Amino acid sequence: MIVRKRILELLENDSKLTDYQISTMLGMKKEEVKKEIGEMEEEGIILRYSTLVNWEKAGVEKVSALIDVKVVPQRDVGFDEIAERIYRFPEVRSVILMSGGYDLSVEVMGKSIKEVARFISQKLATIEHVQSTMTHFVLKRYKQHGVILNDKEKDRRQVICP
Amino acid sequence: MSLKTNRDHRVSPIVESLPPSGIRKFFELVANTKGVISLGIGEPDFVTPWHIREACLYSLEQGYTMYTSNSGLPELRSEITKFLVRSYELDYDYDKEIIVTIGASEAVDAALRAIITPGDEVIIPEPSYVSYMPCAVLAGAEPIIVDTFARDDFRLKPEHIERKITPKTKAIILCYPNNPTGAVMGREDLEEIAALAVENDLIVISDEIYSELTYNGRHVSMASIPGMKERTILVNGFSKAWAMTGWRIGFAAGPEDIIGAMVKIHQYTILCAPVMAQMAALEALKNGGDEVEKMVLQYDQRRRFVVNRLTEIGLDCFEPRGAFYAFPSVKITGMNSGEFAEELLREEKVAVVPGDAFGRAGEGFIRISYAASMKNLTKAMDKIEAFVGRRVKTVSNLCQV
Repeated sequence: MIVRKRILELLENDSKLTDYQISTMLGMKKEEVKKEIGEMEEEGIILRYSTLVNWEKAGVEKVSALIDVKVVPQRDVGFDEIAERIYRFPEVRSVILMSGGYDLSVEVMGKSIKEVARFISQKLATIEHVQSTMTHFVLKRYKQHGVILNDKEKDRRQVICP
Repeated sequence: MSLKTNRDHRVSPIVESLPPSGIRKFFELVANTKGVISLGIGEPDFVTPWHIREACLYSLEQGYTMYTSNSGLPELRSEITKFLVRSYELDYDYDKEIIVTIGASEAVDAALRAIITPGDEVIIPEPSYVSYMPCAVLAGAEPIIVDTFARDDFRLKPEHIERKITPKTKAIILCYPNNPTGAVMGREDLEEIAALAVENDLIVISDEIYSELTYNGRHVSMASIPGMKERTILVNGFSKAWAMTGWRIGFAAGPEDIIGAMVKIHQYTILCAPVMAQMAALEALKNGGDEVEKMVLQYDQRRRFVVNRLTEIGLDCFEPRGAFYAFPSVKITGMNSGEFAEELLREEKVAVVPGDAFGRAGEGFIRISYAASMKNLTKAMDKIEAFVGRRVKTVSNLCQV
Protein backbone atom coordinates (compact mmCIF):
# COMPACT_ATOMS: atom_id res chain seq x y z
CA MET A 1 0.00 0.00 0.00
CA ILE A 2 2.79 2.39 0.95
CA VAL A 3 4.41 1.68 -2.42
CA ARG A 4 1.24 2.69 -4.25
CA LYS A 5 0.95 5.82 -2.13
CA ARG A 6 4.55 6.79 -2.95
CA ILE A 7 4.05 6.20 -6.68
CA LEU A 8 0.85 8.24 -6.65
CA GLU A 9 2.48 11.12 -4.78
CA LEU A 10 5.29 11.24 -7.34
CA LEU A 11 2.93 11.07 -10.33
CA GLU A 12 0.51 13.59 -8.89
CA ASN A 13 3.38 16.03 -8.70
CA ASP A 14 4.95 15.15 -12.05
CA SER A 15 3.14 12.77 -14.37
CA LYS A 16 6.01 12.88 -16.85
CA LEU A 17 8.27 10.83 -14.55
CA THR A 18 9.25 7.65 -16.32
CA ASP A 19 8.88 4.16 -14.88
CA TYR A 20 12.66 4.07 -14.66
CA GLN A 21 12.88 7.29 -12.65
CA ILE A 22 10.12 6.21 -10.30
CA SER A 23 11.69 2.80 -9.80
CA THR A 24 15.08 4.21 -8.87
CA MET A 25 13.60 6.91 -6.65
CA LEU A 26 11.65 4.31 -4.68
CA GLY A 27 14.24 1.56 -4.79
CA MET A 28 11.98 -0.77 -6.81
CA LYS A 29 12.29 -2.75 -10.03
CA LYS A 30 11.09 -1.00 -13.17
CA GLU A 31 8.76 -3.90 -13.96
CA GLU A 32 7.13 -3.65 -10.52
CA VAL A 33 6.44 0.05 -11.03
CA LYS A 34 5.01 -0.60 -14.49
CA LYS A 35 2.76 -3.31 -13.09
CA GLU A 36 1.51 -1.21 -10.16
CA ILE A 37 0.76 1.77 -12.40
CA GLY A 38 -1.01 -0.44 -14.93
CA GLU A 39 -3.16 -1.93 -12.19
CA MET A 40 -4.00 1.45 -10.73
CA GLU A 41 -5.06 2.67 -14.17
CA GLU A 42 -7.29 -0.42 -14.51
CA GLU A 43 -8.79 0.09 -11.07
CA GLY A 44 -9.61 3.72 -11.75
CA ILE A 45 -7.20 4.97 -9.10
CA ILE A 46 -5.18 6.80 -11.73
CA LEU A 47 -7.81 8.60 -13.82
CA ARG A 48 -5.67 10.51 -16.26
CA TYR A 49 -2.34 12.27 -16.76
CA SER A 50 -3.09 15.94 -17.17
CA THR A 51 -1.27 19.25 -17.28
CA LEU A 52 -1.81 22.15 -14.92
CA VAL A 53 -2.11 25.24 -17.14
CA ASN A 54 -1.94 28.90 -16.25
CA TRP A 55 -4.54 29.92 -18.87
CA GLU A 56 -4.29 33.56 -18.00
CA LYS A 57 -0.61 33.58 -18.87
CA ALA A 58 -1.36 31.64 -22.04
CA GLY A 59 -3.61 34.52 -23.05
CA VAL A 60 -6.70 32.35 -23.30
CA GLU A 61 -9.86 33.93 -21.93
CA LYS A 62 -11.79 31.66 -19.56
CA VAL A 63 -14.49 32.53 -17.11
CA SER A 64 -15.20 30.44 -14.02
CA ALA A 65 -17.83 30.62 -11.37
CA LEU A 66 -18.26 28.80 -8.09
CA ILE A 67 -21.91 28.22 -7.36
CA ASP A 68 -23.37 27.32 -3.98
CA VAL A 69 -26.35 25.10 -4.73
CA LYS A 70 -29.07 24.21 -2.23
CA VAL A 71 -31.01 21.11 -3.16
CA VAL A 72 -33.78 18.95 -1.73
CA PRO A 73 -32.25 15.53 -1.09
CA GLN A 74 -34.18 12.63 -2.54
CA ARG A 75 -35.39 9.60 -0.60
CA ASP A 76 -33.06 6.57 -0.95
CA VAL A 77 -30.50 8.27 -3.19
CA GLY A 78 -29.86 11.40 -1.09
CA PHE A 79 -27.75 13.91 -2.98
CA ASP A 80 -26.17 11.49 -5.44
CA GLU A 81 -28.83 11.57 -8.12
CA ILE A 82 -29.11 15.32 -8.21
CA ALA A 83 -25.30 15.61 -8.22
CA GLU A 84 -25.23 13.35 -11.25
CA ARG A 85 -27.81 15.48 -13.05
CA ILE A 86 -25.41 18.36 -12.57
CA TYR A 87 -22.01 16.80 -13.21
CA ARG A 88 -23.06 15.30 -16.54
CA PHE A 89 -22.97 18.79 -18.08
CA PRO A 90 -19.57 19.34 -19.76
CA GLU A 91 -19.59 22.98 -18.60
CA VAL A 92 -19.34 21.73 -15.02
CA ARG A 93 -15.71 21.31 -13.90
CA SER A 94 -16.32 19.98 -10.42
CA VAL A 95 -19.13 19.06 -8.06
CA ILE A 96 -18.52 18.70 -4.35
CA LEU A 97 -20.99 17.89 -1.56
CA MET A 98 -20.40 20.33 1.28
CA SER A 99 -21.28 20.57 4.92
CA GLY A 100 -22.68 23.89 6.13
CA GLY A 101 -25.10 26.43 4.73
CA TYR A 102 -25.56 24.89 1.29
CA ASP A 103 -25.20 21.45 -0.25
CA LEU A 104 -23.30 21.33 -3.53
CA SER A 105 -20.38 23.45 -4.59
CA VAL A 106 -20.32 23.53 -8.39
CA GLU A 107 -17.58 24.99 -10.55
CA VAL A 108 -18.63 26.06 -14.02
CA MET A 109 -16.29 27.21 -16.75
CA GLY A 110 -17.12 29.00 -19.99
CA LYS A 111 -15.78 31.39 -22.58
CA SER A 112 -17.62 34.46 -21.29
CA ILE A 113 -19.64 35.70 -18.34
CA LYS A 114 -22.70 35.60 -20.56
CA GLU A 115 -22.18 31.97 -21.42
CA VAL A 116 -21.69 30.97 -17.78
CA ALA A 117 -24.66 33.04 -16.65
CA ARG A 118 -26.86 31.49 -19.32
CA PHE A 119 -25.85 28.00 -18.22
CA ILE A 120 -26.66 28.74 -14.59
CA SER A 121 -30.01 30.38 -15.20
CA GLN A 122 -31.24 28.08 -17.94
CA LYS A 123 -29.75 24.71 -16.99
CA LEU A 124 -28.54 24.57 -13.40
CA ALA A 125 -31.22 26.62 -11.62
CA THR A 126 -34.05 24.91 -13.45
CA ILE A 127 -33.08 21.36 -12.47
CA GLU A 128 -35.80 19.76 -10.38
CA HIS A 129 -35.00 19.76 -6.64
CA VAL A 130 -32.49 22.61 -7.00
CA GLN A 131 -33.81 25.08 -4.43
CA SER A 132 -31.47 28.01 -4.89
CA THR A 133 -28.13 29.02 -6.40
CA MET A 134 -25.63 31.64 -5.31
CA THR A 135 -23.05 32.43 -7.98
CA HIS A 136 -19.52 33.73 -7.31
CA PHE A 137 -17.44 34.62 -10.33
CA VAL A 138 -13.72 33.93 -10.06
CA LEU A 139 -11.67 37.12 -10.28
CA LYS A 140 -8.15 35.81 -9.92
CA ARG A 141 -6.47 32.50 -9.18
CA TYR A 142 -3.46 32.54 -6.88
CA LYS A 143 -2.93 28.88 -6.14
CA GLN A 144 -4.39 25.80 -7.75
CA HIS A 145 -3.89 22.11 -6.95
CA GLY A 146 -1.20 23.10 -4.49
CA VAL A 147 0.72 25.12 -7.07
CA ILE A 148 1.28 28.88 -6.77
CA LEU A 149 0.50 30.30 -10.21
CA ASN A 150 2.88 33.24 -10.25
CA ASP A 151 5.53 32.16 -7.83
CA LYS A 152 8.16 34.79 -7.17
CA GLU A 153 10.37 32.33 -5.33
CA LYS A 154 13.28 31.11 -7.38
CA ASP A 155 16.63 29.53 -6.81
CA ARG A 156 18.64 32.33 -5.21
CA ARG A 157 21.52 30.17 -4.01
CA GLN A 158 25.16 30.83 -4.85
CA VAL A 159 26.21 28.67 -7.81
CA ILE A 160 28.76 26.79 -5.76
CA CYS A 161 29.16 26.48 -2.01
CA PRO A 162 31.01 24.04 0.22
CA MET B 1 54.69 28.35 14.44
CA SER B 2 57.01 31.19 15.39
CA LEU B 3 55.59 34.65 15.00
CA LYS B 4 57.30 37.94 14.47
CA THR B 5 55.45 40.71 16.21
CA ASN B 6 56.52 43.54 13.98
CA ARG B 7 54.77 45.98 11.72
CA ASP B 8 55.90 44.19 8.57
CA HIS B 9 52.81 42.10 8.91
CA ARG B 10 49.70 44.09 8.20
CA VAL B 11 47.79 40.83 8.15
CA SER B 12 48.41 38.24 10.80
CA PRO B 13 50.79 35.51 9.62
CA ILE B 14 48.39 32.98 11.11
CA VAL B 15 45.62 34.19 8.83
CA GLU B 16 48.04 34.36 5.91
CA SER B 17 49.01 30.76 6.53
CA LEU B 18 45.42 29.62 6.00
CA PRO B 19 44.76 28.18 2.55
CA PRO B 20 42.41 30.25 0.41
CA SER B 21 39.10 28.50 -0.09
CA GLY B 22 39.86 25.67 -2.50
CA ILE B 23 36.83 26.33 -4.61
CA ARG B 24 37.11 30.09 -5.02
CA LYS B 25 38.66 29.86 -8.49
CA PHE B 26 36.21 27.22 -9.57
CA PHE B 27 33.35 29.33 -8.23
CA GLU B 28 34.39 32.19 -10.50
CA LEU B 29 34.54 29.83 -13.43
CA VAL B 30 31.01 28.57 -12.75
CA ALA B 31 29.64 32.04 -12.05
CA ASN B 32 30.97 33.22 -15.40
CA THR B 33 29.47 30.36 -17.40
CA LYS B 34 25.91 30.81 -18.62
CA GLY B 35 23.21 28.15 -18.36
CA VAL B 36 24.96 25.95 -15.81
CA ILE B 37 23.12 23.22 -13.93
CA SER B 38 24.83 23.33 -10.56
CA LEU B 39 25.11 20.21 -8.46
CA GLY B 40 27.76 22.00 -6.45
CA ILE B 41 25.59 23.67 -3.85
CA GLY B 42 25.95 22.65 -0.22
CA GLU B 43 22.57 23.90 0.90
CA PRO B 44 18.94 22.78 0.52
CA ASP B 45 17.12 23.72 -2.68
CA PHE B 46 14.00 24.19 -0.58
CA VAL B 47 13.09 27.59 0.75
CA THR B 48 12.42 27.71 4.52
CA PRO B 49 8.88 26.34 5.15
CA TRP B 50 6.32 29.14 5.12
CA HIS B 51 5.07 28.62 8.67
CA ILE B 52 8.60 29.33 9.92
CA ARG B 53 8.99 32.46 7.81
CA GLU B 54 5.52 33.55 8.88
CA ALA B 55 6.39 33.09 12.55
CA CYS B 56 9.37 35.39 12.05
CA LEU B 57 7.19 38.03 10.40
CA TYR B 58 4.75 37.79 13.29
CA SER B 59 7.55 38.18 15.83
CA LEU B 60 8.71 41.34 14.06
CA GLU B 61 5.18 42.69 14.18
CA GLN B 62 5.15 41.95 17.88
CA GLY B 63 8.29 44.00 18.32
CA TYR B 64 10.87 41.26 18.89
CA THR B 65 13.84 43.35 17.81
CA MET B 66 15.98 43.40 20.93
CA TYR B 67 18.97 41.47 22.33
CA THR B 68 18.22 38.18 23.97
CA SER B 69 20.11 36.55 26.80
CA ASN B 70 23.66 35.70 25.68
CA SER B 71 23.03 32.00 25.46
CA GLY B 72 19.74 32.48 23.58
CA LEU B 73 16.02 32.78 24.31
CA PRO B 74 15.15 30.48 27.23
CA GLU B 75 12.09 29.16 25.32
CA LEU B 76 14.32 28.21 22.39
CA ARG B 77 16.92 26.55 24.60
CA SER B 78 14.13 24.65 26.30
CA GLU B 79 12.76 23.46 22.93
CA ILE B 80 16.29 22.41 21.93
CA THR B 81 16.56 20.22 25.04
CA LYS B 82 13.19 18.64 24.18
CA PHE B 83 14.45 17.97 20.65
CA LEU B 84 17.55 16.25 22.06
CA VAL B 85 15.44 14.15 24.42
CA ARG B 86 13.04 12.96 21.73
CA SER B 87 15.79 12.40 19.16
CA TYR B 88 18.53 10.76 21.25
CA GLU B 89 17.16 10.47 24.81
CA LEU B 90 19.82 12.99 25.77
CA ASP B 91 18.98 15.12 28.79
CA TYR B 92 20.56 18.59 28.97
CA ASP B 93 19.92 21.48 31.33
CA TYR B 94 18.68 24.28 29.08
CA ASP B 95 20.03 26.87 31.48
CA LYS B 96 23.63 25.70 31.72
CA GLU B 97 24.31 23.21 28.94
CA ILE B 98 22.88 24.82 25.80
CA ILE B 99 24.04 27.79 23.77
CA VAL B 100 22.31 29.25 20.70
CA THR B 101 24.85 30.31 18.08
CA ILE B 102 25.18 31.98 14.68
CA GLY B 103 24.81 28.72 12.80
CA ALA B 104 26.68 25.54 13.60
CA SER B 105 29.77 27.32 12.24
CA GLU B 106 30.04 29.67 15.19
CA ALA B 107 29.44 26.75 17.54
CA VAL B 108 32.44 24.88 16.09
CA ASP B 109 34.62 27.99 16.33
CA ALA B 110 33.57 28.81 19.90
CA ALA B 111 33.96 25.16 20.95
CA LEU B 112 37.53 25.08 19.67
CA ARG B 113 38.45 28.39 21.26
CA ALA B 114 36.85 27.29 24.52
CA ILE B 115 39.01 24.19 24.87
CA ILE B 116 42.29 24.86 23.06
CA THR B 117 45.52 25.82 24.75
CA PRO B 118 47.99 26.91 22.05
CA GLY B 119 49.90 23.89 20.85
CA ASP B 120 47.14 21.38 21.50
CA GLU B 121 46.50 18.94 18.69
CA VAL B 122 43.09 18.46 17.15
CA ILE B 123 42.32 15.46 14.99
CA ILE B 124 40.31 16.25 11.88
CA PRO B 125 39.17 13.45 9.58
CA GLU B 126 39.06 14.31 5.87
CA PRO B 127 37.44 14.63 3.41
CA SER B 128 35.50 17.12 5.47
CA TYR B 129 33.75 20.44 5.41
CA VAL B 130 36.26 23.20 4.83
CA SER B 131 36.10 25.18 8.08
CA TYR B 132 37.38 22.79 10.75
CA MET B 133 41.07 23.06 9.95
CA PRO B 134 41.13 26.89 9.71
CA CYS B 135 39.06 27.24 12.89
CA ALA B 136 41.45 24.94 14.72
CA VAL B 137 44.45 26.94 13.50
CA LEU B 138 42.83 30.24 14.47
CA ALA B 139 42.19 28.82 17.93
CA GLY B 140 45.91 28.09 18.22
CA ALA B 141 45.69 24.35 17.72
CA GLU B 142 47.80 22.11 15.58
CA PRO B 143 45.43 20.37 13.15
CA ILE B 144 46.19 16.69 12.65
CA ILE B 145 44.59 15.54 9.43
CA VAL B 146 43.42 11.95 9.24
CA ASP B 147 42.35 10.51 5.91
CA THR B 148 39.25 8.35 5.53
CA PHE B 149 38.70 6.06 2.58
CA ALA B 150 36.04 4.90 0.14
CA ARG B 151 36.79 1.28 1.11
CA ASP B 152 35.46 2.08 4.62
CA ASP B 153 32.52 4.01 3.17
CA PHE B 154 34.42 7.07 4.41
CA ARG B 155 33.75 6.22 8.05
CA LEU B 156 36.40 7.07 10.61
CA LYS B 157 38.03 3.85 11.87
CA PRO B 158 39.94 3.69 15.16
CA GLU B 159 43.04 2.40 13.35
CA HIS B 160 43.14 5.66 11.36
CA ILE B 161 43.57 7.76 14.47
CA GLU B 162 45.19 5.47 17.04
CA ARG B 163 48.69 6.26 15.83
CA LYS B 164 47.93 9.96 15.58
CA ILE B 165 47.04 10.36 19.24
CA THR B 166 49.84 11.96 21.25
CA PRO B 167 50.00 13.44 24.77
CA LYS B 168 49.16 16.78 23.12
CA THR B 169 45.96 15.55 21.48
CA LYS B 170 43.04 17.48 22.89
CA ALA B 171 40.07 16.82 20.67
CA ILE B 172 38.59 15.08 17.64
CA ILE B 173 36.20 16.84 15.29
CA LEU B 174 33.55 14.56 13.84
CA CYS B 175 31.02 15.45 11.16
CA TYR B 176 28.55 12.65 10.45
CA PRO B 177 26.42 12.51 8.36
CA ASN B 178 29.35 13.86 6.43
CA ASN B 179 29.78 16.68 4.00
CA PRO B 180 31.11 15.95 1.32
CA THR B 181 30.87 12.14 1.34
CA GLY B 182 27.39 11.46 2.72
CA ALA B 183 28.96 8.90 5.08
CA VAL B 184 27.26 8.13 8.38
CA MET B 185 28.64 6.53 11.54
CA GLY B 186 26.44 3.86 13.12
CA ARG B 187 26.35 3.13 16.84
CA GLU B 188 29.15 0.56 16.62
CA ASP B 189 31.36 2.87 14.56
CA LEU B 190 30.90 5.60 17.15
CA GLU B 191 31.55 3.23 20.04
CA GLU B 192 34.97 2.37 18.63
CA ILE B 193 35.94 6.04 18.44
CA ALA B 194 34.35 6.71 21.83
CA ALA B 195 36.53 4.03 23.43
CA LEU B 196 39.64 5.84 22.20
CA ALA B 197 38.31 9.20 23.36
CA VAL B 198 37.63 7.88 26.86
CA GLU B 199 40.93 6.03 27.05
CA ASN B 200 42.91 9.12 26.05
CA ASP B 201 40.70 11.68 27.77
CA LEU B 202 39.79 13.48 24.53
CA ILE B 203 36.96 15.87 23.82
CA VAL B 204 34.82 15.22 20.77
CA ILE B 205 33.34 18.13 18.84
CA SER B 206 30.53 16.40 17.00
CA ASP B 207 29.06 18.48 14.19
CA GLU B 208 25.72 16.78 13.59
CA ILE B 209 24.23 19.46 11.34
CA TYR B 210 22.97 16.82 8.89
CA SER B 211 21.49 14.59 11.63
CA GLU B 212 17.91 14.81 10.39
CA LEU B 213 18.95 13.97 6.84
CA THR B 214 19.71 10.33 7.51
CA TYR B 215 18.27 7.60 5.29
CA ASN B 216 17.69 3.91 6.07
CA GLY B 217 17.81 4.29 9.81
CA ARG B 218 18.07 7.00 12.43
CA HIS B 219 20.99 9.20 13.28
CA VAL B 220 22.98 8.23 16.38
CA SER B 221 24.51 11.11 18.32
CA MET B 222 28.04 10.74 19.64
CA ALA B 223 26.85 12.28 22.92
CA SER B 224 24.44 9.36 23.41
CA ILE B 225 27.25 6.77 23.50
CA PRO B 226 27.85 5.75 27.14
CA GLY B 227 30.64 7.80 28.71
CA MET B 228 30.59 10.41 25.95
CA LYS B 229 28.08 13.03 27.09
CA GLU B 230 30.57 14.49 29.54
CA ARG B 231 33.24 14.83 26.82
CA THR B 232 31.16 15.68 23.74
CA ILE B 233 30.30 19.11 22.41
CA LEU B 234 27.27 18.35 20.30
CA VAL B 235 26.86 20.90 17.51
CA ASN B 236 23.69 21.13 15.46
CA GLY B 237 21.51 23.73 13.81
CA PHE B 238 18.58 24.54 11.63
CA SER B 239 20.24 25.15 8.26
CA LYS B 240 19.96 21.75 6.67
CA ALA B 241 16.92 19.98 8.12
CA TRP B 242 14.67 23.04 8.13
CA ALA B 243 16.25 24.65 5.04
CA MET B 244 17.31 27.71 7.05
CA THR B 245 20.89 28.31 5.88
CA GLY B 246 20.62 32.08 5.49
CA TRP B 247 19.12 32.55 8.96
CA ARG B 248 22.46 31.62 10.53
CA ILE B 249 21.08 29.83 13.55
CA GLY B 250 22.50 26.81 15.35
CA PHE B 251 23.34 25.55 18.78
CA ALA B 252 25.72 23.53 20.92
CA ALA B 253 24.96 21.24 23.83
CA GLY B 254 27.62 20.01 26.21
CA PRO B 255 29.07 19.88 29.70
CA GLU B 256 28.41 22.95 31.83
CA ASP B 257 32.05 24.06 32.09
CA ILE B 258 32.63 24.01 28.33
CA ILE B 259 29.29 25.58 27.39
CA GLY B 260 29.97 28.21 30.05
CA ALA B 261 33.30 28.98 28.40
CA MET B 262 31.64 29.14 25.00
CA VAL B 263 29.02 31.55 26.34
CA LYS B 264 31.86 33.73 27.62
CA ILE B 265 33.44 33.93 24.15
CA HIS B 266 30.06 34.37 22.51
CA GLN B 267 29.01 37.22 24.80
CA TYR B 268 32.13 39.21 23.93
CA THR B 269 32.19 38.50 20.21
CA ILE B 270 28.57 38.01 19.19
CA LEU B 271 26.48 39.04 22.19
CA CYS B 272 23.57 36.92 21.04
CA ALA B 273 22.15 35.27 17.94
CA PRO B 274 19.66 37.50 16.08
CA VAL B 275 16.30 37.41 17.81
CA MET B 276 14.29 37.01 14.59
CA ALA B 277 16.27 33.93 13.63
CA GLN B 278 15.76 32.59 17.16
CA MET B 279 12.00 33.13 16.89
CA ALA B 280 11.99 31.29 13.56
CA ALA B 281 14.01 28.43 15.04
CA LEU B 282 11.54 28.19 17.91
CA GLU B 283 8.70 27.70 15.41
CA ALA B 284 10.80 25.16 13.48
CA LEU B 285 11.27 23.00 16.58
CA LYS B 286 7.69 23.35 17.77
CA ASN B 287 5.84 22.75 14.50
CA GLY B 288 8.36 21.89 11.80
CA GLY B 289 8.46 18.10 11.99
CA ASP B 290 6.09 17.36 9.09
CA GLU B 291 7.91 19.65 6.71
CA VAL B 292 11.25 18.03 7.56
CA GLU B 293 9.76 14.62 6.92
CA LYS B 294 8.52 15.72 3.48
CA MET B 295 11.89 17.15 2.53
CA VAL B 296 13.74 14.06 3.77
CA LEU B 297 11.47 11.86 1.64
CA GLN B 298 12.34 13.90 -1.44
CA TYR B 299 16.07 13.90 -0.72
CA ASP B 300 15.92 10.14 -0.26
CA GLN B 301 14.19 9.62 -3.61
CA ARG B 302 16.71 11.82 -5.41
CA ARG B 303 19.55 10.09 -3.58
CA ARG B 304 18.48 6.69 -4.90
CA PHE B 305 18.07 8.07 -8.39
CA VAL B 306 21.49 9.74 -8.42
CA VAL B 307 23.38 6.76 -6.98
CA ASN B 308 21.67 4.48 -9.49
CA ARG B 309 22.56 6.72 -12.40
CA LEU B 310 26.17 7.10 -11.24
CA THR B 311 26.50 3.34 -11.07
CA GLU B 312 25.05 3.00 -14.59
CA ILE B 313 27.39 5.68 -15.86
CA GLY B 314 30.26 3.67 -14.42
CA LEU B 315 31.37 6.12 -11.72
CA ASP B 316 32.06 4.04 -8.66
CA CYS B 317 29.98 5.37 -5.77
CA PHE B 318 29.36 3.94 -2.33
CA GLU B 319 25.84 4.40 -1.03
CA PRO B 320 25.66 7.64 0.95
CA ARG B 321 23.33 7.24 3.92
CA GLY B 322 23.11 10.86 4.99
CA ALA B 323 23.29 14.56 4.09
CA PHE B 324 22.51 15.34 0.44
CA TYR B 325 25.70 14.40 -1.30
CA ALA B 326 27.02 11.59 -3.44
CA PHE B 327 30.79 11.26 -3.66
CA PRO B 328 31.70 9.13 -6.67
CA SER B 329 35.21 8.26 -7.80
CA VAL B 330 36.27 9.60 -11.20
CA LYS B 331 39.34 7.35 -11.51
CA ILE B 332 37.82 5.48 -14.45
CA THR B 333 38.15 8.65 -16.55
CA GLY B 334 41.87 8.97 -15.88
CA MET B 335 41.37 12.54 -14.69
CA ASN B 336 41.90 14.08 -11.29
CA SER B 337 39.10 15.84 -9.42
CA GLY B 338 39.93 19.33 -10.62
CA GLU B 339 40.31 18.34 -14.28
CA PHE B 340 37.07 16.40 -14.19
CA ALA B 341 35.12 19.29 -12.67
CA GLU B 342 36.56 21.91 -15.00
CA GLU B 343 36.16 19.90 -18.18
CA LEU B 344 32.67 18.77 -17.22
CA LEU B 345 31.75 22.40 -16.68
CA ARG B 346 33.27 23.48 -19.98
CA GLU B 347 31.85 20.67 -22.09
CA GLU B 348 28.49 19.98 -20.48
CA LYS B 349 27.80 23.01 -18.28
CA VAL B 350 27.29 20.88 -15.22
CA ALA B 351 28.97 22.06 -12.02
CA VAL B 352 30.19 19.65 -9.33
CA VAL B 353 32.74 20.31 -6.62
CA PRO B 354 36.16 18.64 -6.99
CA GLY B 355 36.73 16.32 -4.05
CA ASP B 356 40.16 17.70 -3.21
CA ALA B 357 38.46 20.92 -2.05
CA PHE B 358 37.63 18.88 1.05
CA GLY B 359 41.16 17.64 1.72
CA ARG B 360 43.72 15.44 -0.01
CA ALA B 361 41.68 12.32 0.77
CA GLY B 362 39.03 13.72 -1.56
CA GLU B 363 41.35 13.67 -4.57
CA GLY B 364 39.96 11.39 -7.27
CA PHE B 365 36.37 12.07 -6.24
CA ILE B 366 33.73 14.67 -6.97
CA ARG B 367 30.94 15.89 -4.74
CA ILE B 368 27.50 15.85 -6.28
CA SER B 369 24.80 17.64 -4.33
CA TYR B 370 21.31 16.26 -4.90
CA ALA B 371 19.75 19.31 -3.30
CA ALA B 372 18.43 20.03 -6.79
CA SER B 373 15.18 19.36 -8.65
CA MET B 374 14.58 15.95 -10.23
CA LYS B 375 14.40 17.73 -13.57
CA ASN B 376 17.89 19.18 -13.16
CA LEU B 377 19.27 15.97 -11.69
CA THR B 378 17.93 13.98 -14.64
CA LYS B 379 19.42 16.40 -17.17
CA ALA B 380 22.72 16.66 -15.34
CA MET B 381 23.11 12.89 -15.05
CA ASP B 382 22.52 12.49 -18.79
CA LYS B 383 25.20 15.10 -19.43
CA ILE B 384 27.65 13.45 -17.03
CA GLU B 385 26.95 10.15 -18.79
CA ALA B 386 27.81 11.65 -22.17
CA PHE B 387 30.96 13.26 -20.75
CA VAL B 388 32.21 10.13 -19.00
CA GLY B 389 31.35 8.06 -22.08
CA ARG B 390 33.66 10.18 -24.20
CA ARG B 391 36.47 10.09 -21.63
CA VAL B 392 36.34 6.40 -20.96
CA LYS B 393 36.44 5.70 -24.70
CA THR B 394 39.54 7.88 -25.00
CA VAL B 395 41.18 6.14 -22.06
CA SER B 396 40.53 2.64 -23.44
CA ASN B 397 41.75 3.70 -26.89
CA LEU B 398 44.96 4.95 -25.35
CA CYS B 399 45.35 1.66 -23.52
CA GLN B 400 45.00 -0.31 -26.75
CA VAL B 401 47.71 1.81 -28.37
